[in-house]
Amino acid sequence: MKLNTNTINKIAKLARIRLSEKEADEFLKDINSILDWVEQLNEVNTDNVEPLTNISSSALTKRRDENQDINSSDEILQNSPDKLEGYFAVPKVVE
Amino acid sequence: MSNLIKGKHHDWETVIGLEIHAQVKSNSKLFSSSSTTFGSNPNSQVSLVDAAMPGMLPVINKYCIEQAVKTGVGLNAKINKYSIFDRKNYFYADLPQGYQISQYKYPIIGEGKVTIDFKDGSSKEIRIVRLHLEQDAGKSLHDQNPTKTYVDLNRSGVALMEIVSEPDLRNADEAGLYISKIRSILMYLDTCDGNMQEGSLRADVNISVRKPGDEYGTRCEIKNLNSIKFIKQAINYEVKRQIEVLEDGGSIEQNTLLFNTSTGKTKPMRSKEEAHDYRYFPDPDLLPLEIDQEEIDNIKKLIPELPDERKKRYVDEYNLSNYDASVLTSDKAISDYFDSVIKSDFSLKASSKIVVNWITSELFSILNENNLEIINSPIKPKDLGKLVKLINEDIISGKIAKEVLIEMFNTTSDPQIIIDKKGLKQVTNTDEIEAFVDEVIEENKKMVEQYLSGKDKLLGFFVGQSMKKSKGKANPQILNEIIKKKLSKKN
Repeated sequence: MKLNTNTINKIAKLARIRLSEKEADEFLKDINSILDWVEQLNEVNTDNVEPLTNISSSALTKRRDENQDINSSDEILQNSPDKLEGYFAVPKVVE
Repeated sequence: MSNLIKGKHHDWETVIGLEIHAQVKSNSKLFSSSSTTFGSNPNSQVSLVDAAMPGMLPVINKYCIEQAVKTGVGLNAKINKYSIFDRKNYFYADLPQGYQISQYKYPIIGEGKVTIDFKDGSSKEIRIVRLHLEQDAGKSLHDQNPTKTYVDLNRSGVALMEIVSEPDLRNADEAGLYISKIRSILMYLDTCDGNMQEGSLRADVNISVRKPGDEYGTRCEIKNLNSIKFIKQAINYEVKRQIEVLEDGGSIEQNTLLFNTSTGKTKPMRSKEEAHDYRYFPDPDLLPLEIDQEEIDNIKKLIPELPDERKKRYVDEYNLSNYDASVLTSDKAISDYFDSVIKSDFSLKASSKIVVNWITSELFSILNENNLEIINSPIKPKDLGKLVKLINEDIISGKIAKEVLIEMFNTTSDPQIIIDKKGLKQVTNTDEIEAFVDEVIEENKKMVEQYLSGKDKLLGFFVGQSMKKSKGKANPQILNEIIKKKLSKKN
């Protein structure tokens, strides 16, 4: 599998990362060589093997349905550059 | 009823599928211990997990899993003993993680089905593809400021069940019946509060049209509808729009739409080049969710009588029509009230239909006038039962009973006490009734002549006058008979 520059730019856009043309070329090379390396796995026959989602053999930890509100809105908002009456204020995201 | 829409050249068929988002009824969120209470001060129920602070790890709420399994059982669905949480990646201001924890390939619940009932007594099965657990996003306010969006993360991380149907629905009414049915099942199960106004239950609607028998057409998805009325309006508008585009020789672009509730129109939400590419992958912070048979069996024991079983009981035991029974069972509170009336006196079983009518017409109108829900009705079920019995036993007429009901509402008294106190007991003694009728005949000789000369319509006049003399207490059947007899004797 080989990626082209369009795909690299699309991935960058989805990740909200701006790439210069030069950077895009570098990433294209890097990512393609990573893909080549991973593709070695295709040599292994995985018919009838269930996909593994996690390598840990322990079970999912569950908690009881109890609520504890430990933060005040002031604490949650303290890193926010812009806020109003308890709300985060962000640039408008719809027209 | 035909589902086809007449077009210029041929008929059109509408194909609809729904994705319902139902907030799980729980104290705390799916992966954090923050409260789920609606309407609190903004950002007052946000843990470091919900705010996606670096290094925070999600820990799943056991109760939310149970609620999802319970819902799966209620939807006659397959419970998957093994499911996976995935990350659904997208950027939005009210999603601080940059991804939503959801389930993709391996949902907790698989195929199921629900039945919807039509007015004509027929019904239809709607297939469910899956139900999966996921996190709700925060809430964005766009209309407060021309350049800013305000974000409240209280809802961020609340557990949602996304229930996806097959495209089995064929018109707006079916879609309405389907979401009502899902809502009622969830409320019986107590797994979602069903409050559409507060957004606890909302739906995305997928719509396409086709020539009957053809492959599915290209679909559009209308996002985030939070009332059954809007769902129906949006579908009707969108179907018309798609048919118009196609008949004008155009083609439908697959698009995500928003429904504007004030104009009643749909419009595209985002342009095509920004179409979502969610890049799902298993969340490395969460191990697979495994459920064993014993847990499933224990949850099955918690399933209450559901709308369909209750409906069947009403049809089989109480002789109600399929439609009456489905209307009655659609709202658990109303159905519970009805059950309590019957339970207060089992002889009322035979008059189930009359009890239903008293609940859905008289009781509802008085509750509506006073902005009360049935659960807060001052008239207790056993007293309504007594009232119906008093009508059945001819102690009072239906008309007087309405008066008594108002008094019951105001005083919360037993109807018998009101009748005794106000002397409302029906007069069934023929001598007494005859006396009223005689008086009326005596006072209206001219009318009697007219009646005898063929003006049959005047019968109503005599009935009315005599009833008035009895202060409404004369038994109407006896009164009618006596008047007819007396007037014919004169002939």
